[in-house]
Amino acid sequence: MPARGKSGKRRNGRRPAVKGFQVRDCALIAISTGRKIRNLRELRDRLFDVDASSLDYHFWGSLLRPGFEEPDYVNDFAEWIYHELREKALAERVAMIDPFEFPDNEILRQELIEIIEEYLDGNEGLFWSKSDKQFEFMRSQIVVFSSNKTIERPELLPEVVPHLPVSSIFYHFIDARRRLAEGGDDFSSWLSGWGDRYDDLRVKLAAIDPYFTTLVDLRRRLVGVLEDYFRRSGDDRAA
Amino acid sequence: MTGLLDAYAEVAGEDVIDHLNQLSRALQGLRVVHVNSTRTGGGVAEILHKLVPLMGELGIDADWQVMSGNQDFFDFTKNVHNGLQGNVIPFSEKAGKSYEEVNAENAGKLRAVLEEADVVFIHDPQPAPLLSLCPERKGKWIWRCHIDLSHPYRPVWRYLQRFLKDYDASIFSLAAFTQRLPHPKYIIPPSIDPLGSKNRDLPAEEIASVCAEFGIDTARPLIVQVSRFDRFKDPLGVIRAYRLVKKFNPDLQLVYAGGGASDDPEGDIVYQEVVDAAGDDPDVFILRLPPDANRTINALQRAATLVLQKSVREGFGLTVTEGMWKQKPVIGGDTGGIRLQVVNHHTGYLVNSPEGAALRIRYLLRQREKCEEMGIKAQQFVRDNFLLTRHLREYLTLITGLLYQREGRIELG
Repeated sequence: MPARGKSGKRRNGRRPAVKGFQVRDCALIAISTGRKIRNLRELRDRLFDVDASSLDYHFWGSLLRPGFEEPDYVNDFAEWIYHELREKALAERVAMIDPFEFPDNEILRQELIEIIEEYLDGNEGLFWSKSDKQFEFMRSQIVVFSSNKTIERPELLPEVVPHLPVSSIFYHFIDARRRLAEGGDDFSSWLSGWGDRYDDLRVKLAAIDPYFTTLVDLRRRLVGVLEDYFRRSGDDRAA
Repeated sequence: MTGLLDAYAEVAGEDVIDHLNQLSRALQGLRVVHVNSTRTGGGVAEILHKLVPLMGELGIDADWQVMSGNQDFFDFTKNVHNGLQGNVIPFSEKAGKSYEEVNAENAGKLRAVLEEADVVFIHDPQPAPLLSLCPERKGKWIWRCHIDLSHPYRPVWRYLQRFLKDYDASIFSLAAFTQRLPHPKYIIPPSIDPLGSKNRDLPAEEIASVCAEFGIDTARPLIVQVSRFDRFKDPLGVIRAYRLVKKFNPDLQLVYAGGGASDDPEGDIVYQEVVDAAGDDPDVFILRLPPDANRTINALQRAATLVLQKSVREGFGLTVTEGMWKQKPVIGGDTGGIRLQVVNHHTGYLVNSPEGAALRIRYLLRQREKCEEMGIKAQQFVRDNFLLTRHLREYLTLITGLLYQREGRIELG
C-alpha cells in the first residue's frame, strides 16, 4: 500500500479515487420511557439512571418535533426548568450546555447532574410542576436508509443540498457527530477524502453551529456556505 | 408513483412521498392488518380510510377489518372509554362479559387473517382482547390507543390492562397519555387526510349553499365547533362563551355541529342538554349531522371566521387540525393534543374557561388581519406536521423498528 501524507494524498501526488457521497436519510420515532418527574430533586435522581439515549433525545429532539419557533432554551431540560419550575437562573445554565463539548453521553450526564446539584446546594429547589406538565423522559429509535442519490463531486453540493429533506440534514450534520470517531459532519468527512483541496470549506462547515437553530435554518446556512465557497472558487479560477 | 401517492405528492411535497417509498422498500409484501370497531364516524375510521390504501400503494399488503358488536358491547365500551379518560363511572368486571363474548365471536371470524398477519394494529379498547384469542399468532401486535389515558379511572384501567400486557408495543398520541405497560410505548400523533372529503378544497358556491341550507348568514361572523355531543367537548361551555361575546358582537353566530359515531350511545343525552341550553336563539345552530356529512362539516369549517375546540379533555383533537388546515385560527381548551397544535399567538389561543374563550373570540373578531395571518400560519403548521403522510411515515418506522428488534439505530440498505 503506498505511503500517504498527512493530507491523505499519495506521496506520488496522485489523489486516491473518492467515491461519490451517498445521500442517506432517516426517520425517527419517539418512545416513552414511562418515567415522569415533577421537581428538581426528582430530575437529579432520575438523571443518574435514565438511559443515555434519552439524553440525545432531550438535547436534540426539539429539532424534530412540531414547533413554531426556536425554543427559548434549546434543550428540553432547560425549557422545562424555566417554564414549569420557574428556576430561571438554573434554566440559563442548563441551556448553555453544548452537547458537542462532551465526548460521550456519560460525561454529559455528569455535567448536567453537577450543575443541578450545585444549584440545589444554594437553593431550595422546592417548586413542583403541575401534574399535567411533568417532565417525561423519552428516547428515540432511528431508521436509516439510502435515498438512492449520490453526489459525485463536491462542486455539485450547492445543487443537491437545498433539495435534501431536513431529516437527511439531521442525519448528515447532527447524527454524524455521534457516529464519526473524529466528530464533525458527513460532508466534511467526505471532503477530507479529496486531500487538502477542500480544507477551507471544511473549516467553514465546522464553523456552523448546529445547536442553536432549526433544521430548516441549518439547511439554509449550509447552502449559504456551499454556494459562497464554490462561487468564490469559480471566481478564482476565472481570474 | 401511483395515483394516490401522486395526489399526496401535490399536497405534501414530492420529497415526503420519496421518503415513504424509501422507507417502505424493506417492507414489501408485508401483511399488515388494522382492526377497529367502526367503519364510519370518528377520527380513527377517517384515518384508516386513507392510510390502508396508501400502505397498499407502497407495496405493503394492508387490510382493514371492522369488528361487529351489539348494543351491550358498545354501551360497555363507551363506559370504558369514559373511564379511561378519567370519569368515575359505575363499573364492574362482570359487565365486561358481553365485551369478552363479542370479542370471542369476532375472533372466530378474524382468527385466520390475524394469526397469519406479519403486523396487527388493534385500535382502541374495543378489539383489545383479540390478541389473547389468537394463540397461534405469528406477527407483531400493536395496540394503538387514541384516548387520553393520563388519568384513567383505575378499576377500568386495571381491567383493560390484562388484555394489553402481551402486545409487542403500544402507540399513544402524546407522552402524557401513556400508562405503565411491559413493552415499548411509541408516541405518534394522529393526522388528517388533506384529500378526504372533510378537508379538500371546496368551491365557494358549495360553502354558500351549505350555509343557506341551515340559514347561516355568510355576511356575519361565525364561530364553529365540530365535535361529538360529548361532555368532554364542553358544549355548554361553548354556548356560554358565545353568549358572553354576543353582548359585544350582536351579529355573532354559533354553529355546534356534532358528527355521530356508531359506537357512541351517550350522544343522545348530551345532544338534548345542548339543545336545551341553546334555547330559541336564532343565531345558534345545533346540528346533528350523519357520520358521512364530511363535505358539510368541511363547508361549515371553511365558512367560519374562527374555529373553537373548547374541550376539557381531549385525545388529540383532529377537529383542531381540520380547522387549522382551512386557515382558521383555533381557540382550544388547554388540554391534551390541542396543546401540540394550538401555539398561542401563532395558530390560535389555548383557554381554560368559557370566559377565556370569549376573551379570545372578541379579540380575533376585532383584529381581522391578525385572524387571517394566524390562519395562514396554522395551515403551514399542519402541512409540516399533521398530515396523513407524516403519520404513515411513523407507522412504517415503528414497523421497521419492531421487525428488526434493535435498540436505538436500524440501518437499512
